[in-house]
Amino acid sequence: MMLKVLSLLGLSTLALFASDDRDINMYAIVMFFLFIGLTMLLTKWAAGKTKSASDFYTAGGGITGFQNGLAIAGDYLSAASFLGISGMIFLHGFDGMVYAVGWLVGWPLILFLMAEKLRNLGKFNFADITSYRLEQRRIRILAALASLSVITFYLIAQMVGAGKLIEVLFHIPYGWSVAIVGALMIIYVTFGGMLATTWVQIVKAVLLLLGTTLMTILVLNAYDFSFVKLAEEAVTLHSKGEAILRPGPFVSDPIAAISLGLALMLGTAGLPHILMRFFTVGNAKEARKSVVYATGFIGYFYIIVGVIGLGAVAFLYNPENVGVYFDEAGKLIGGNNMAAVHLSEIVGGPIFLGFLAAVSFATIVAVVAGLTLAASNAIAHDLYAIVIRKGDITDAEEMKISRRTVLVIGLVAILLGYIFENQNVAFMVGLAFAIAASTNFPVLILSIYWSKLTTRGAFLGGLVGLVTALTLVTLSKTVWVDIFGFEKEIFPWVHPGLFSITAAFIAIWFFSITDKTARAEEDKSGFEAQKTRAETGIGADGAVSH
Amino acid sequence: MDQKLVERIKNNPKYQELVSKRTSFAVKLAIFMFIVYFGFVLTIAFDKEIFATKIGDVMTAAWPIAVTLLCIIIVMPIIYAVRANGEFEDLTNAIKDDVKDAL
Repeated sequence: MMLKVLSLLGLSTLALFASDDRDINMYAIVMFFLFIGLTMLLTKWAAGKTKSASDFYTAGGGITGFQNGLAIAGDYLSAASFLGISGMIFLHGFDGMVYAVGWLVGWPLILFLMAEKLRNLGKFNFADITSYRLEQRRIRILAALASLSVITFYLIAQMVGAGKLIEVLFHIPYGWSVAIVGALMIIYVTFGGMLATTWVQIVKAVLLLLGTTLMTILVLNAYDFSFVKLAEEAVTLHSKGEAILRPGPFVSDPIAAISLGLALMLGTAGLPHILMRFFTVGNAKEARKSVVYATGFIGYFYIIVGVIGLGAVAFLYNPENVGVYFDEAGKLIGGNNMAAVHLSEIVGGPIFLGFLAAVSFATIVAVVAGLTLAASNAIAHDLYAIVIRKGDITDAEEMKISRRTVLVIGLVAILLGYIFENQNVAFMVGLAFAIAASTNFPVLILSIYWSKLTTRGAFLGGLVGLVTALTLVTLSKTVWVDIFGFEKEIFPWVHPGLFSITAAFIAIWFFSITDKTARAEEDKSGFEAQKTRAETGIGADGAVSH
Repeated sequence: MDQKLVERIKNNPKYQELVSKRTSFAVKLAIFMFIVYFGFVLTIAFDKEIFATKIGDVMTAAWPIAVTLLCIIIVMPIIYAVRANGEFEDLTNAIKDDVKDAL
């Protein structure tokens, strides 16, 4: 069955490549197929080992801290990180680094406040923790609702990004590009579950780190390995001149700064596909190691992406190259997000371009696979197995439902990617972070640390966070003016974080302390047992060996 | 976990030591991270000129500051994990040992 799907996919892709007579990079195609071939082998191997729901959702808890650290890097470093930040630096300079710092700073916090507690209390996903002592039904519904909102926005951004990227790199029509990404992720996740997803993410992380390191060396090599010389050349060639080495318009007023900062920092700690990765390791010790490695890899990546961004300025604006990579209107061919890809051709020729194109493709596929698995976790585990079937479900049944869910999510993702082709999706990743920070994060952190949290408080407060974040983004310039076409925005800031996160915390606090129901007593009395398990891991779901 | 075991763990001095030491360590590091990060963001928000200070012919302070900050963020988890995977893990194992008859 799998081979059939694969060969069909391969043939149709080949036909598409062949039907186009524009300039095609054969190296890119070869490496693209090598990547698909390798990951298919991994999936086949993983499929043989995926026998229970625990295998499907968490790879049986048998991933090591180092492997998980790499996989987290592979899960977290989306196209927005690589193509997005380098493109942002290419366009605005230093402002791109402000985003890089914000995207990294959530990691130490996850470690200090959450990682080991997540591992000690949970089994499949973060809703295991939030519903540990609270009422399963309402909390799972809230978790699934918030997770699916986060995942949908994140997924649309990735699918559209992937479609555009493949369209430019391989000259495949947009619709087909989106369909290929969707089909691949369906295959990885339905057959190989978390084990295949993890290894696809590890392969991607290694490729991405190798590729970007090599590119950094090639760029710096042209400037005697002096970052200062590179920066001087970039300043000379960029139309904004010295401004690219200074903070620009991104962080304008203090409220916008705090809002964006909070959303990036706390949003990371509320992303369901990231939190899910903590259940793939055997114990709290490995969970801590995961974060150390992940932060190291992600941080290293952001440091060198700065060099790549400035390198793109220095090389692409070089008079020799301007005619090749810019169109007549003076715009970068394929958009600013293609800066790093074009740079690879200048510094490493067609072979390196081919390699980097395949890496960019792998980057998106790995992130999309993680998102899909998290969505299937929310639907099949939280909503179906626990809310609808009240936990009365066999392992085999749950697996079957999960796999079907993955298929449906994959098809929906393809459809959404197709529909949103010409929308500006950059704000969607920001929105995903804002919802994660305003709903998942407050409920999760308070369920771990605040003994007086009740089901009503978590449920209503979480909803307040979700609705506030969605409403404020709708009323802000990005949606109200840019998409709906109204003349003036109602909410003056682009990022809702400060307001929606505060609203969520206040609402959770208020609806908890005023909660006089019998359920509230039960919620509070369960805290002691939860705390001792969270702190020591006694009674935790351990690694299952097969 | 039954209530009796919870009480036993709670009353174990090693458990109390673990919780108080780890919580205070984690909170201190988290607060440090908060201050450093928001110090960075708010400095940019209030006065962009500080980061625009020249440290070379064209090089400004901004880029080196951002890279230093990234390095600090990378080091923070190492500081925590070294102590947690050593001292705190030993305490945890000692607690598990104390109650192993009930497990």
